[in-house]
Amino acid sequence: MAYGLAKPLGRSRRFWRETCTGFLMASPWLIGFLVFTAGPIVLSFYYSFTNFNITTPPRWIGLANYRILFFDDPKFRISLYNTAYYAGLVVPLTVVNGLFLATLMNQPVPGRNIFRTIYYLPSVVSGVANAMLWLWVLNPRFGLVNTMLSWVGIKGPPWLSSAEWAKPALVLMSLWSVGGTMIIYLAGLQGVPQHLYEAAEIDGANGWRRFWHVTIPMLSPTIFFNVITTIIGSFQVFTQAYVWVESSGVDTGAGPRDSLLFYVLYLFRRAFSELKMGYASAMAWILFIIIFILTMLQFRVARYWVHYESGPEGGI
Amino acid sequence: MQRQYVRRGPWWQSRKLRSYSWRSLVFLWLLGGSFLFLLPLVWMLSTSLKTNDQVYRVPTVWIPNPVAWENYPRALSRMPFLLFLRNSCITSFIPVVGAVLSASLVAYSFARVKWPARNFLFIVLISTMMLPGQVTMIPVYVLYSRLGWVNTFLPLIVPWFFGGAFYTFLLRQFFTSIPAELSDAAFIDGCSHLRIWWSIILPLSRPALATVAVFTFLFTWNDFMGPLLYLTKERMFTLQVGLQYFRMQYRVDWQELMAASLVVLTPTLVIFFLGQRFFVQGITLTGLKG
Repeated sequence: MAYGLAKPLGRSRRFWRETCTGFLMASPWLIGFLVFTAGPIVLSFYYSFTNFNITTPPRWIGLANYRILFFDDPKFRISLYNTAYYAGLVVPLTVVNGLFLATLMNQPVPGRNIFRTIYYLPSVVSGVANAMLWLWVLNPRFGLVNTMLSWVGIKGPPWLSSAEWAKPALVLMSLWSVGGTMIIYLAGLQGVPQHLYEAAEIDGANGWRRFWHVTIPMLSPTIFFNVITTIIGSFQVFTQAYVWVESSGVDTGAGPRDSLLFYVLYLFRRAFSELKMGYASAMAWILFIIIFILTMLQFRVARYWVHYESGPEGGI
Repeated sequence: MQRQYVRRGPWWQSRKLRSYSWRSLVFLWLLGGSFLFLLPLVWMLSTSLKTNDQVYRVPTVWIPNPVAWENYPRALSRMPFLLFLRNSCITSFIPVVGAVLSASLVAYSFARVKWPARNFLFIVLISTMMLPGQVTMIPVYVLYSRLGWVNTFLPLIVPWFFGGAFYTFLLRQFFTSIPAELSDAAFIDGCSHLRIWWSIILPLSRPALATVAVFTFLFTWNDFMGPLLYLTKERMFTLQVGLQYFRMQYRVDWQELMAASLVVLTPTLVIFFLGQRFFVQGITLTGLKG
């Protein structure tokens, strides 16, 4: 800090005043952290070992929730499978397509700003209205997607009313909002120094090699960030699935053969429709651990491919 | 693009031509793609203005004739639209104020005040961004229901006054980029930190604060899970929950559903077009540029 030229010996008055001010100004977050994050983490961990329906106090049942989840709950397995299936498609497709679009948009073409706006626009279209829009766009007979497929002579699949196509439909919908990822890449691309490209060009590197040996390494922290956030986001898909499932009018299932029963949707139902709060807490912890492991794995792998220009703290 | 060191070849291999053809290719590709990206929205608008039999006509009617404007008033009169709109505004605008004030205050403390454990707590703050919300959802719900806050707007408003991690992080990055000299003089003159935050830092940070405001508004306006959990009485519904309820209740026709959805989307679209540069700014601010 620029003030306080001499380092205070001992605990001066200024030190205490700064400390008090600092804590006071940070207190909204400190209190919020204790009440809305730290406390609930501890409680939810405790709940996960109990039988708890909110009206009566939680009753300790040890590992029973976890045992049922792992061995006796086929729906849990389905929801995990559905979520992994969705994440497995959406993460690579979003990360690669976002980079592809951003690279195209970084070329000196006329109307770049307009293109950027158009591609980015769908990613702010979210919530229930977006789910409703896609319910109609994916309508098997009169929807936009199947209409367009019919132009090229393809008979479109029944999308949301078939167990095979419901999840690809959600993937398609998610790819429509790839612009959010693209815009992060664009910001990253703007940070790649031009002289690196010039140097590569003088060395005789063609466009493809410049992309592969300059753009990708320089952009790797951004790619890494997008991989992590897309994984976390895809494991928490909820609103679209909820709206689609509830709109089908079937109370018990979640799409044809539970094909839209995603993890958080199942958790939500357990917690708030059946009031099995302990069970749902155990599910939340399993989700947390899955996301944590996947993130840590990414950080491990990142050592081999993520390149930081200014030391490891240059990225996220 | 002009480089002197390139060898000369026949005209069809010339750098200029290659560059032109490459650019045209990219341009055409982007043009085709933008049609695909815009089409769902065009489709939504077009459907919302069709009569019932135009909706189900094959081949598709793209430009409705006659234009069925009446779909809009009819769709909106099926639900207490103004009431839902009011509820949505309450649960969006108050959080915007809360997020901007609290996040900037906390961010100032992390950026400009020196106190022990500051750096450690900042790491804690960053790591909470990775925590999936489902872990805290149930205990927080229990807390609110014990407080008797279910079916009030409080659960959707109060948390925003406690400095959300992402927004605090974003603003802290911005504040550290403001030259220290600007506030040091005021500090030597005996200004308090609170005063410096309010009269020096905040006015200098308008674009960053706008970014926080835009992000918060978009999140709260489009939030579905929160209102679904805490607002179960119809008169408390926000537009998001109301729209879903409206669909369930009436099994409505597509043209009306699209009209209602488009109305619900409108504030988002307006904010997008007005505040586009703030999105990009938010990304640059959080230091994601590598």
